[in-house]
Amino acid sequence: MASTAGVAPATPAPASDESGRRRGLTGYFLLVPGVVWLALFFVIPFYSLVAASLFDPSGSVVSGYEMTFHFQNYPDAIREYWEPLVRSLWYAGLSTLFCLILGYVLAYAIAFKAGRWKNLMLVLVIAPFFTSFLIRTLSWKLILADDGFVVNALQAVHILGAEGRLLATPVAVIAGITYNFLPFMVLPLFASIDKIDHRLIEASSDLYANPFVGFWKVTWPLSLPGVVSGTLLTFIPAAGDYINAQLLGSPNQRMVGNVIQNLFTNANDYPAASALSMILMILIIGMVLVYVRRAGTEELL
Amino acid sequence: MSSPADLTVQAPSSDDSFDGLRLRNVTKSFGSFTAVNDLDLDVPRGAFFALLGPSGCGKTTTLRMVAGLETPTQGSITLAGQDITYAKPYRRPVNTVFQSYALFPHLDIHENVAFGLKRRKVKDVDDQVRQMLDLVELDSQARKKPAQLSGGQQQRVALARALINQPEVLLLDEPLGALDLKLRRAMQIELKRIQTEVGLTFIHVTHDQEEAMTMADTVAVMNAGVIEQMGAPEELYENPRTTFVANFLGQSNLIVGQIKNRSSDFVTVDMHGIDVSVPAARAHVEGDKAWIGIRPEKVLIGDPGEELDAPGNSIPGGVVTDVSFNGVSTQYLVRMPWGQELQVFQQNTGHRRLYRSGESVELSWRPDYAFLLDHSQDARAGQEDDD
Amino acid sequence: MRWLRNNLVLLLGIAVLIYTFIPIFVVVLMSFNDPSSRLIYRFDGFTLDNWLHPCAPEGMCSSLGTSIEIALVATIGSTILGTLMAFALVRHDFAGRSSMNLLIFLPMATPEIVMGSSLLALFVAAGFAGQLGFWTILIAHIMFCISFVVVTVRSRLAGMDDNLEQAAMDLYATPRQTFWRVTFPLVFPGILGAALLSFSLSFDDFIITNLNAGNTTTFPMYVWGVAQRGIPMQVNVVGTVMFMISVLIVVGGEVNTRRRARALA
Repeated sequence: MASTAGVAPATPAPASDESGRRRGLTGYFLLVPGVVWLALFFVIPFYSLVAASLFDPSGSVVSGYEMTFHFQNYPDAIREYWEPLVRSLWYAGLSTLFCLILGYVLAYAIAFKAGRWKNLMLVLVIAPFFTSFLIRTLSWKLILADDGFVVNALQAVHILGAEGRLLATPVAVIAGITYNFLPFMVLPLFASIDKIDHRLIEASSDLYANPFVGFWKVTWPLSLPGVVSGTLLTFIPAAGDYINAQLLGSPNQRMVGNVIQNLFTNANDYPAASALSMILMILIIGMVLVYVRRAGTEELL
Repeated sequence: MSSPADLTVQAPSSDDSFDGLRLRNVTKSFGSFTAVNDLDLDVPRGAFFALLGPSGCGKTTTLRMVAGLETPTQGSITLAGQDITYAKPYRRPVNTVFQSYALFPHLDIHENVAFGLKRRKVKDVDDQVRQMLDLVELDSQARKKPAQLSGGQQQRVALARALINQPEVLLLDEPLGALDLKLRRAMQIELKRIQTEVGLTFIHVTHDQEEAMTMADTVAVMNAGVIEQMGAPEELYENPRTTFVANFLGQSNLIVGQIKNRSSDFVTVDMHGIDVSVPAARAHVEGDKAWIGIRPEKVLIGDPGEELDAPGNSIPGGVVTDVSFNGVSTQYLVRMPWGQELQVFQQNTGHRRLYRSGESVELSWRPDYAFLLDHSQDARAGQEDDD
Repeated sequence: MRWLRNNLVLLLGIAVLIYTFIPIFVVVLMSFNDPSSRLIYRFDGFTLDNWLHPCAPEGMCSSLGTSIEIALVATIGSTILGTLMAFALVRHDFAGRSSMNLLIFLPMATPEIVMGSSLLALFVAAGFAGQLGFWTILIAHIMFCISFVVVTVRSRLAGMDDNLEQAAMDLYATPRQTFWRVTFPLVFPGILGAALLSFSLSFDDFIITNLNAGNTTTFPMYVWGVAQRGIPMQVNVVGTVMFMISVLIVVGGEVNTRRRARALA
């Protein structure tokens, strides 16, 4: 028989609250290491970035920078580099749109039409992206090469002129960005679409809606949270990307990422580079806020 | 079965010589919401005790306090004289069968059942596990994972996993809820059999009044954090003390009455002009107004003027408004002259004819079956919507 | 015709999926390429040379080694930090929950160029401009991997039936035993997945690494370098191997799941 295993009456242990989470300080202890790391190496660097963007441009890495609150760095940067800046937002926007179309089709197919292959297909979406994306982008350079199969085929059907090319054009860059960021769109979309109860669509068709109407009135609105987080997770990194522009484009397709990278590494112009980075950040945050407010969903995670 | 090693030092037992589980003044509040309100409860050792009540009445909270998974805001819980109010669950000789079974998905059945014994560092675990799996007829499934078993099998594993530790008290939290009807009935009999065989104290929490009455020796009906009535199933059913119990267990007709006379044996009540007698032991009223309660199956239905089995206790003027043939019984709704519709259940013995809607009938019942409840109580208390 | 219409969406979906694999085919193909010239990147002839002498290109294998080293340490660091945070988020009460959620979300949504720039600004301001290299790269990698670990482990942990831990305590397990015998085994797949994710994020990172690497060369940096000068085909060998490893992991996981599913049937 189990003994009563002597129970010395102790003081009541700290209770859990209604949500089942434990009170007390353990939570803080668990958080501290990660929070400290993120604070040190994510939050504080932003202050450094702001500070660097206000350095006097007459300094250098070697001689050191003087902090003179040189706000002029900002208008200077915009004046010189507004073109790549706008181009980045434009390319990122277009790529996000294409990602949305392609990604929605794929996510919808996996969620509703894949049956028992669902998990396999999901994994296949992610699998290519464990291979170095630089290598994959270089492969696109091969595929879209001037004397390659794709260009020749397009020339044959007269979509491209006889002298036409794909590389070193915005087409290649946008195609590259779309390709590289597709999983960032597909996964959140899938998570959202998968949650939709299929019977709702059946109900709509029972109520005389044809498939198109059914899609717009039922499926699309219900998948909006996924659309929002997918577009955010695609657009934001895409705007700052420079690899596709560098490998697949020409200097005419320069994006702001290329500029910032060059300013840091080659020109060593830290103030200008930091200012440009900040401007990009502010632009993106602004667009995101407007977008999220309009789309109405605030669930980011 | 061998006795386990003690986990902690034995505390001196209190003077209280009650051998079972005792709750005194137990209260549990979550912020402003009081789930359990000043509860007193005695469960004798070796009893099969049912805690019955609708959702939200506090029965599961009470169970969890006995298990140690919740701590009372006030009050004390003692087991065999030892205060366990604040003891951690892993230090109590109490085990729980969870409603969702809570089988460990990453362990197979054998390891699940052995879990408690291994934590207490018992020797010869494997043999005991085999015996226990035999008892619940799952010895062939020992190496499967919980996900591979059916609901009924999982339930038996959960039971085995708790029983094997031979706790002082076994707590069952609506363990049969997820099973279909036939399986539930089979498990009810099974659980009762095991309890009788093993002789442990079982506390069974449920909202199913049939289940409670079938299995338990003692039933406590709980409502909104308090115990309304406690006793043997027949006692609760035939002699309820509150409208809640009258309505929650089975069904009752409750008719308004004015108390005319009290004697040592009987209470006479004026029921819409008809004098009705109720034995004093079944009258639970303080004031003047009362609810006369009579169970539908105790009401006899007959043609007007017919001498039914309760001479001098006939209530004329009824009109049948609804007839429901249920195979075993026929259920009538009879509208009485004062406007109320009474329920009458007549077992289809074949001896009496069936009435049709619209017929005039006379009702009657033996005074011994009626009960009186205080009029201040809500006549609709305990009436549930269909589950 | 009808079949086509009914399955149109599925076919389109599969088409998109194939599209994502096209560069992989090219990578595999090119790993067997015998280039006629270093500067022209197209398929000229078949050879096994690249596979037989994978480390022929100068600096490639050492950059691979650096990348793997960094990825391993970054994985360990970010997995530990992230798992602790995930437990805190799911199981414990603390003030500032929404700020915490924001802090975790932001690194996943910030453009890499901005994160890299700000880190560089920090290192320079702190006087480490001359010491950019292994450690600064490592610091950056741990930083951006933490968020992914938190999200992965948290969803696994939140999906766990919390009755299980109560059942364990009911069955005489102390809190420590409950954690190691019940909680940890059930969360572990999530932790493992998070670690794999961290590893590949770290291994593959370029933009942030490039800004903060100083003289150290990781594999993506090596590829970037040779992209201008002429790509050795061994790069594609590495790419193919990476792909094969990830396919093996995927297939292995899938086989395991199906094997378990068959046992349930």
